[in-house]
Amino acid sequence: MTRGRWFAPALVLTLAVALTFLTLPVVAIFVRTSPGNLLAALDDPGVLDALWLSVRTTLVALAIIVVVGTPAAYLLATRTFRGHALAVTLVELPLVLPPAVAGVGLLVALGPQGIVGGALADAGIRLALETAGVVVALTFVAAPFYVRGAQAAFGAVDRSWLEASRTLGASEARTFLRVAIPAAAPGMLAGLALAWGRAVGEFGATLIFAGSFRGRTQTAPLAIYERLGTDLDAALALSAVLVAVSGSLLLTAKLLGGRGVARAAR
Amino acid sequence: MLRVEARTALGGFELDAALEVPAGSCLALAGPSGAGKSTLLRIAAGLLRPQHGRVTCGDDVWLDTAAGREVAPEQRACGYVFQDYALFGHMTVWQNVAYGLRRTPHAERRRRAEELLERFGIARLADARPRTLSGGERQRVALARALALRPRVLLLDEPLSALDARTRASASRELARVLRDTGVPALLVTHDFLEAAVLGDRVAVIDGGRIVQEGTAGELAAAPGSAFVADFTGAIVLTGVARSGTADTTVVDLDGGGVVTSTDPGTGPVALSVHPWEISLEPAGARTEGSAQNHLDAEVVTVTHVGNRVRVGLAAPQPLVAEITGAAVGGLQLAPGMCVTATWKATATRLVSL
Repeated sequence: MTRGRWFAPALVLTLAVALTFLTLPVVAIFVRTSPGNLLAALDDPGVLDALWLSVRTTLVALAIIVVVGTPAAYLLATRTFRGHALAVTLVELPLVLPPAVAGVGLLVALGPQGIVGGALADAGIRLALETAGVVVALTFVAAPFYVRGAQAAFGAVDRSWLEASRTLGASEARTFLRVAIPAAAPGMLAGLALAWGRAVGEFGATLIFAGSFRGRTQTAPLAIYERLGTDLDAALALSAVLVAVSGSLLLTAKLLGGRGVARAAR
Repeated sequence: MLRVEARTALGGFELDAALEVPAGSCLALAGPSGAGKSTLLRIAAGLLRPQHGRVTCGDDVWLDTAAGREVAPEQRACGYVFQDYALFGHMTVWQNVAYGLRRTPHAERRRRAEELLERFGIARLADARPRTLSGGERQRVALARALALRPRVLLLDEPLSALDARTRASASRELARVLRDTGVPALLVTHDFLEAAVLGDRVAVIDGGRIVQEGTAGELAAAPGSAFVADFTGAIVLTGVARSGTADTTVVDLDGGGVVTSTDPGTGPVALSVHPWEISLEPAGARTEGSAQNHLDAEVVTVTHVGNRVRVGLAAPQPLVAEITGAAVGGLQLAPGMCVTATWKATATRLVSL
């Protein structure tokens, strides 16, 4: 073998090691779950409750994220102002915050003894240890994924399209609805898929802020943790379902992201 | 009548310009990139607010920074044609054209859009997506879209620059027809003097944020007010020092050598301009005395055929370009390296004090 011919095989080897390591847990879950086990576990009302709660809470969280995050992302993408970089950084903060820290933070902010929690309690709103608290925790951790994606998508919309819309008699709000959103839609949806993936898998912040009560705050990941010691089959079945959900969300994000890039390049 | 006055910081310099466009007339704003042309257009449309400025259309005040008045772009009814046409990619051609027809009942919008497309001969493209269109078709859609809202002024940003040379001639004729027919003030931005001359009733040359000269294209070419304008209109610009000569002529000692006579008055440092097509070439040393009074010895550097004419690049103390007919080239058997005498009339030599 001539000198210098080792490098390319070494690259291939490292990638092979990485791929094996990264896919092994996923493969193991499906190897250990037989279809019969899966169906039996999904018959368990506790498991179904957890899945149903995950669906409801993530969808409500996503709705809140889209309604508040879309205009905010548009502002960040189309205007520069004093403190713009700071605002972008603050939006990204939950990405690097450990989920447990997020949970503790939410507790001391919105919990019964929290700095805002007292006022909320007076208004009759209880969040900690309630289903609404799950939604709050999911919104907190997942929002940056959507806002970042939507901001990048709005930023990629040709500025002259927005200006053309204005000169054609459309107000800024109409321009936002009729031109900016349709043009940025693929990127926004890709960001939304990533946010959903993050929300579905949320564990630490939910556990600390909302607890793990069956049917009320116990989402699928929390149910997996609870079953682990007592009913491994149910834990595996739930895990398999979550793998399927997360995998399809990632695929959706990839496909939409690819389309968005292709559209921006035209 | 559209009036725009603006004073505002712009990159490294200040934009300070005022212009007026009567109804039914087209003013071409011509100048090099970064001169502030597009900025003025954006100020007229309300897409940019100058630090100080006033924009009026007829009796309506669209912007008056002194009075704190500003009308939003969507309320100005400016037909704006963007440089890259800015057609909405997520809409079809007819939806693009109908975008400005908000007050038209929904059922009528498609019909109105198709009428406009018909005027531009592209009704068959109504359901196409902009990305499938050629450059010329996109330009027509952009014009149809801008005209759909019955604009009170037309603003065109380099409307021909995105087209290839073949499409440009026909698009230019069509655009000239549209500008004639609409009867509203039109302001057109271009970096090409020829385009400005063809499309503009008047041409304003802008450089470094200031309008340096305004007039018809013929006036600018015949009497450029500065070396910049002369150069921009396509004339050759030479520099030298002027002194008075015999019988109402001015003699200019060119920088680097050579003497040129002009019928324009002037003293001290001057720029003089002459158009390439005024210069003829003769074999070196031949002094055929005639009405042409200027002779400069030069060496042929390049010979380029442009249509039925030939552009001859010449190395003299200051570089020259002569544009002569193909027949004249054949007689001279021009080739790079050959020595010739460039001659032109004193009356074709314009002088500008520096």
